[in-house]
Amino acid sequence: MFDTSSLAKVIFGRLTLESLPLHEPIVVGTFVVVALGGIALLGAVTYFRLWGYLWREWFTTVDHKRIGIMYMILGIVMLLRGFADAIMMRLQQAIAFGGSEGYLNAHHYDQIFTAHGVIMIFFVAMPLVTGLMNYVVPLQIGARDVSFPFLNNFSFWMTVGGAVLVMISLFVGEFARTGWLAYPPLSNIGYSPDVGVDYYIWGLQVAGVGTTLSGINLICTIVKLRAPGMTMMRMPVFTWTSLCTNVLIVASFPVLTAVLALLSLDRYVGTNFFTNDFGGSPMMYVNLIWIWGHPEVYILVLPAFGIFSEVTSTFSGKRLFGYTSMVYATVVITILSYLVWLHHFFTMGSGASVNSFFGITTMIISIPTGAKMFNWLFTMYRGRIRFELPMMWTVAFMFTFVIGGMTGVLLAVPPADFVLHNSLFLVAHFHNVIIGGVVFGAFAGIAYWFPKAFGFRLDPFWGKLSFWFWVTGFYFAFMPLYVLGLMGVTRRLRVFDDPSLQIWFVIAGIGAFLIFLGIVSFLVQIAVSVLKREALKDVTGDPWNARTLEWATSSPPPAYNFAFTPVVHDNDAWWDMKRRGYRRPLTGFKPIHMPSNTGTGVILAALATAMGFGLIWYMWWLAAVSFIGLLAVAIGHTFNYHRDYHIPADEVVRVEDARTHLLAAGAKS
Amino acid sequence: MTLAVVPPQNSEPVFYVVDEHEHPEGASTMLGFWIYLMSDCLIFAMLFATFGVLGGNYAAGPAPKDLFDLPLVAVNTSMLLLSSITYGFAMLAMEKSRVGAMQAWLVITGLFGLAFISIELFEFAHMIHEGATPQRSAFLSSFFTLVGTHGLHVTFGLVWLVTLMVQVARYGLIEANRRRLMCLSMFWHFLDVVWIGVFTFVYLMGMLR
Amino acid sequence: MKTDTHALQPASGEHAEHHAHGSRQSYLIGFGLSVILTAIPFWLVMTGVLDKQVTGLAITVLAAVQIVVHMVYFLHMNTRSESGWTMMALIFTIIMVVIGLTGTLWVMHHLNVNMMPGHDMSTMP
Repeated sequence: MFDTSSLAKVIFGRLTLESLPLHEPIVVGTFVVVALGGIALLGAVTYFRLWGYLWREWFTTVDHKRIGIMYMILGIVMLLRGFADAIMMRLQQAIAFGGSEGYLNAHHYDQIFTAHGVIMIFFVAMPLVTGLMNYVVPLQIGARDVSFPFLNNFSFWMTVGGAVLVMISLFVGEFARTGWLAYPPLSNIGYSPDVGVDYYIWGLQVAGVGTTLSGINLICTIVKLRAPGMTMMRMPVFTWTSLCTNVLIVASFPVLTAVLALLSLDRYVGTNFFTNDFGGSPMMYVNLIWIWGHPEVYILVLPAFGIFSEVTSTFSGKRLFGYTSMVYATVVITILSYLVWLHHFFTMGSGASVNSFFGITTMIISIPTGAKMFNWLFTMYRGRIRFELPMMWTVAFMFTFVIGGMTGVLLAVPPADFVLHNSLFLVAHFHNVIIGGVVFGAFAGIAYWFPKAFGFRLDPFWGKLSFWFWVTGFYFAFMPLYVLGLMGVTRRLRVFDDPSLQIWFVIAGIGAFLIFLGIVSFLVQIAVSVLKREALKDVTGDPWNARTLEWATSSPPPAYNFAFTPVVHDNDAWWDMKRRGYRRPLTGFKPIHMPSNTGTGVILAALATAMGFGLIWYMWWLAAVSFIGLLAVAIGHTFNYHRDYHIPADEVVRVEDARTHLLAAGAKS
Repeated sequence: MTLAVVPPQNSEPVFYVVDEHEHPEGASTMLGFWIYLMSDCLIFAMLFATFGVLGGNYAAGPAPKDLFDLPLVAVNTSMLLLSSITYGFAMLAMEKSRVGAMQAWLVITGLFGLAFISIELFEFAHMIHEGATPQRSAFLSSFFTLVGTHGLHVTFGLVWLVTLMVQVARYGLIEANRRRLMCLSMFWHFLDVVWIGVFTFVYLMGMLR
Repeated sequence: MKTDTHALQPASGEHAEHHAHGSRQSYLIGFGLSVILTAIPFWLVMTGVLDKQVTGLAITVLAAVQIVVHMVYFLHMNTRSESGWTMMALIFTIIMVVIGLTGTLWVMHHLNVNMMPGHDMSTMP
């Protein structure tokens, strides 16, 4: 008897049948739905014999365009999970009044608000932003791919690995109950002895490796692979903001890696970094994680600023107003974002001098952001504005983000922050900037570049429906939280005593439901657009009469992006080409040197995920085996020196001729 | 600005490169690896910051003066310094394409690296034996983590060194291998730079406390 | 803005990117300097010829100098390689490291002073 149980401990570590949350009917129900959906999906893929195709053409691809699309799919799938958490919280808070406990117990509710934050930042916003950068940047700078195509594939699968770990925590064990940044001492082993925080740590560590490497990759791409003539000050603004974002990634994610490593040493080895005794300091964790955390929000929002810049100038039919000031504002934000981290913990007690310094730097950062706002407004001024979907998102962003920015400046005042710290006012503020900035930006980007990626536009009716649901839903959901926060309601509460607060939570719940309709409309929009793809087709490759290089090639672009590398003479390179009578080259094609696909990235990421799982559950053999496997596969990969091939000239001719026919047919009709 | 870019003599503007030469393989590798090192540098910076904040919290346990053996640290430092210069000689041999000399220098580098790791492990074992474990105090936690992370990097560098020696033996000094050797060179010298910080701020400063 | 002839050059400057390795002489100079710069601080601390504050300052300065020596003679840092991008990355990293280190020490020092009145951290159990 003893023997079998100790053997089971060696094999399964902490994992027992009791670890499965069978006593939580909500989780079991979710599991059934997810399992049925998953089986249906896998069955369909098998039935239509798509595994080989998916593996060869997508999973192992090193094409930045396909990797970009996969990032977007990951982001949208995880959005559904993160949003499910959100609407559950809203429902709980709307009904847990007057002695009612609501429908979620504390153990479950605490996991939900943690998972919501973690998923929305790391596995929704980051993949959406990275996906857009991955797709667009090489096209905008006239490159054939990124600098390190294999690394790009690997980075993507590491992000997926992190997401998989977080998703497994829903059904096997539990997730952290600590809030999205897992502050110690709560997250230390004494107060969180379960697997939740370990899922958090390893999910983020695995994904973090991918994020850091993709940051390095995109910096190199922008620095080294720009088309001839594209000097730094001729780069499109989206490329500029991507460069700054990736610099921020490379300069901040190592900090997250380090601080999470220290937390895991505390939990696994028993060191005393963030403990209450033996000289540890929990506040050191708070300090370190916000050195990463504040740049992180700019990592998310800078690419969104870039998207809005591209969209505004395209749909106003004008060159972007104040290009140079836009670039400098971006660079200044990049640097300043490192000097403000303490405003997340003014109440910690560092004293007046420290708080004033960080309060002032925080206020200063609103200046370059404000400058950007004026640049967009002046771009629109006297422009021929077309209110297509991307432009609508941009205008909604301008209204919403300004409100969020103002409340941010308010919170930057330390005395005010002492009142509002950890209140719903803060929750409303950061949702205001992240939804108003990053989410609206991602939707603008999706609507703007979708025709480039797939060759047909998104259906405008369902898009506008989604837009209006999202925007009104946002205001209904978060304006009440400002009110509640000013009344002193703190975040992460599960039940309430004061019945006069209920109406605000009900309004917020209605807002969340409107956002739900917005998400549904978005999914319907994609489905309808696919069905109506012939009617929505664009053969020109330039459906919006746009200005930057990505619109110079076909939609979707060929694997090699450009048959001939473009030469750039102007900021708005494609606009300049159109204006000065550029004619598409029809002859003289040559073989094109391209990287070959490889499955190594998938294998490495799968091993890393298995290692994370082993460490979470104390299955040391699994962790050790997968770590050795990781090393072996990585070293083995370096023995492969043949990582590229040439697309033969015939193939290029065939692709380009097909486009010539399409263009001719399009011109006739 | 727009008018200035019309090409001279009003000839037909050039919008694409007709006669393209291929991008040399791995043209971004050195820059990419350098940026990776910079990110690694930030990990070390955070560990130094942690040591700076927590390094004085002995929790009534042993302090640096009770633990550190400066002559041993000096020997250890010289191992790493010597390995740096021998790696440099390996790179010089590589430039002259003298494979045998290069491999020999790499072996010597690896031995110095191995000596460094061994001395460090000996030091750690000695401390732990005396009860100065990483769990004993925040000072010891941050000490073992900072110095141990550096040691792990050196260990990883040794694995990489052996891999590269096998690859050079099998495929010769081809362009890809030269590039990899240069990356490892940067990695190795970078670890040396980090060690300057370690011996100055951890060991020497610790003895001054 | 640059002139057009200039603009038509490849933006990345990928040509003739030969990575300097230095010569035997430069390696030896670097090695000699770093031996000296390592020996002095060890000697200062082990003999204790100067008082503690001066020693601390001296070994900090010597470490900074030695880091520069390693950067120049072993890592071959210069403003030309990769069109200055490696130097740019290095400077940016140094700024970040300085902000992170000094900021953390400053913040945590004030925290300890304000929130631990009457306690001396080093004597706490």
